[in-house]
Amino acid sequence: MNRYEPVIGLECHVQLQTRSKAFSGASAAFGGAPNAYTDPYTLALPGTLPVLNRVAVEYALRMALATGCTIRRLSRFARKHYFYPDLPKGYQISQYDEPLAERGKVEFVLDGEVRSVRLTRIHMEEDAGKNTHVAGAPFSLIDLNRAGVPLIEVVSEPDIRSAKEAAEYLRALRQLVRYLGICDGNMEEGSLRCDANVSIRPVGSEKFGTRTELKNMNSFKHVQQAIDYEIVRQSQLLDAGERVVQETRLWDAERGSSHTMRSKEEAHDYRYFPEPDLPPLKIAEDEIERVNALLPELPIARRRRFIDRQGLSVYDATLLTAEREIAEYYDQVVAAGADAKKAANWVGSELLRELNREAKAIGDCPISPIALAELIGLVEEAIISGKIAKDVFAKMYGTGRGAREIVDAEGLVQVTDPSAIEAVCRKVIEANPKQVEKYRGGNDKLLGFFVGQVMKETGGKANPEIVNRLLKRLLS
Amino acid sequence: MKITADEVRLTAELGRLALSEEETARLARELDAILGYMEKLAAVDVAGIQPMTHAVALDCPLRSDELGSQLTVEQVLSAAPVREGDLFQVPRAIAHDKEAP
Repeated sequence: MNRYEPVIGLECHVQLQTRSKAFSGASAAFGGAPNAYTDPYTLALPGTLPVLNRVAVEYALRMALATGCTIRRLSRFARKHYFYPDLPKGYQISQYDEPLAERGKVEFVLDGEVRSVRLTRIHMEEDAGKNTHVAGAPFSLIDLNRAGVPLIEVVSEPDIRSAKEAAEYLRALRQLVRYLGICDGNMEEGSLRCDANVSIRPVGSEKFGTRTELKNMNSFKHVQQAIDYEIVRQSQLLDAGERVVQETRLWDAERGSSHTMRSKEEAHDYRYFPEPDLPPLKIAEDEIERVNALLPELPIARRRRFIDRQGLSVYDATLLTAEREIAEYYDQVVAAGADAKKAANWVGSELLRELNREAKAIGDCPISPIALAELIGLVEEAIISGKIAKDVFAKMYGTGRGAREIVDAEGLVQVTDPSAIEAVCRKVIEANPKQVEKYRGGNDKLLGFFVGQVMKETGGKANPEIVNRLLKRLLS
Repeated sequence: MKITADEVRLTAELGRLALSEEETARLARELDAILGYMEKLAAVDVAGIQPMTHAVALDCPLRSDELGSQLTVEQVLSAAPVREGDLFQVPRAIAHDKEAP
């Protein structure tokens, strides 16, 4: 196995979440009733012409700039021809030899190290409709809602060396498009799709082997499994003295294997030519500057800042930067005065746990960043104990009330007066003579019992450090 | 310029057209004549000239991302030879034959 080095490149299709389609005003929404989102252009009725969606261009530019691509000031659309019932025009408008953007990179973390995969190009195109095959039936069914939805295709260089790395690259790509607000990255619904080109070569060799193209992988898991399967399959062929045949293979998730879809001989001739209905797309300098200025802080930079400047662990920094909205929420908690590490603990554990339990987005969180910062502040100033804080948090989450309000209304302020705590401690000691005897006889573990009793007596409000200190003194 | 019968056959296959031998031979002759006529253009020296897409120089017009008028499902399917529910029914097309975009 390890005598071969895999060489992998990915081609990803990203559906841009515009309101209307790439070249006409029909809705680009997902999940409508069949054929509800069409217009004469989508159906390719005679006399219709494409007019490019400004927001689709802006979204494509966002991705191109976020990945450090060189933007073509003049790019061109082309017709890619193939005959298939989900493509009413008989061609897909795409970009061919003059794409919008070239030579970028996507950065991500693999096994704790930052990796970079170069991008060959990002180009704009339109999606096709949806074709459903009815098992056993001599016909197929067509829904054209998706036809004409704007896409970008992101093509990587063959820089990837393992199935796991491919999956991480794809995760980073998904995270990026979600940060940029251009795509929801839903692989199951197909708003993010990925094909993989896979070849292997003897370790140390510079020459590429014959590659195959893998399709039909609609989750990170499938991408990783399909590539791993293909690496093993190709290795076995070479070990047996056979050759890898250049072909397109379809992943079958149920069987956990892939099968030939199309050999090189059957490869299509798309007869590309420049799209006569669309003049070349000019991108002005000030447009590039405007889009660039609006880019958010990107995940990898944010993660680095959280580690270097906020002092967070790699784990916390990765967790908190997974989604832009969570990272922004965390930043706002810190901006409201909370300690950076404590804020990371609260957001990363309590808050995300509650949100995940209800499958709620952080945008719908009943606790505002300022309210959470206030709660953290109350613990910091020893007004409430960490334990009480968790109860207060649950009440804040359930009712949307403020931390201070709950603490005052329910009398939860921590008892820090040593004489008051000492009185309770003495009471507990008097009530439990047997345990006192055992403790004095050397059973140190019983201290926890006494602490527990004092906390119970005080409704959890006694400052635990003072309780510990006083009990040790009184019991000695 | 010589368009061969094989080129006509390949083009027909890509366009999913079934041609008889007679039609193939006739189209080869006709296409050859058309392309031969257009070949005159190849005599023009266009070195260093930017290709134009239109006689008048145009920028690509952009439209705002707003919904326009849509067709109703009944309008859409009125042109369908066969429908099933609100879907077009077409002769079985195998996914394996297809390059998804």
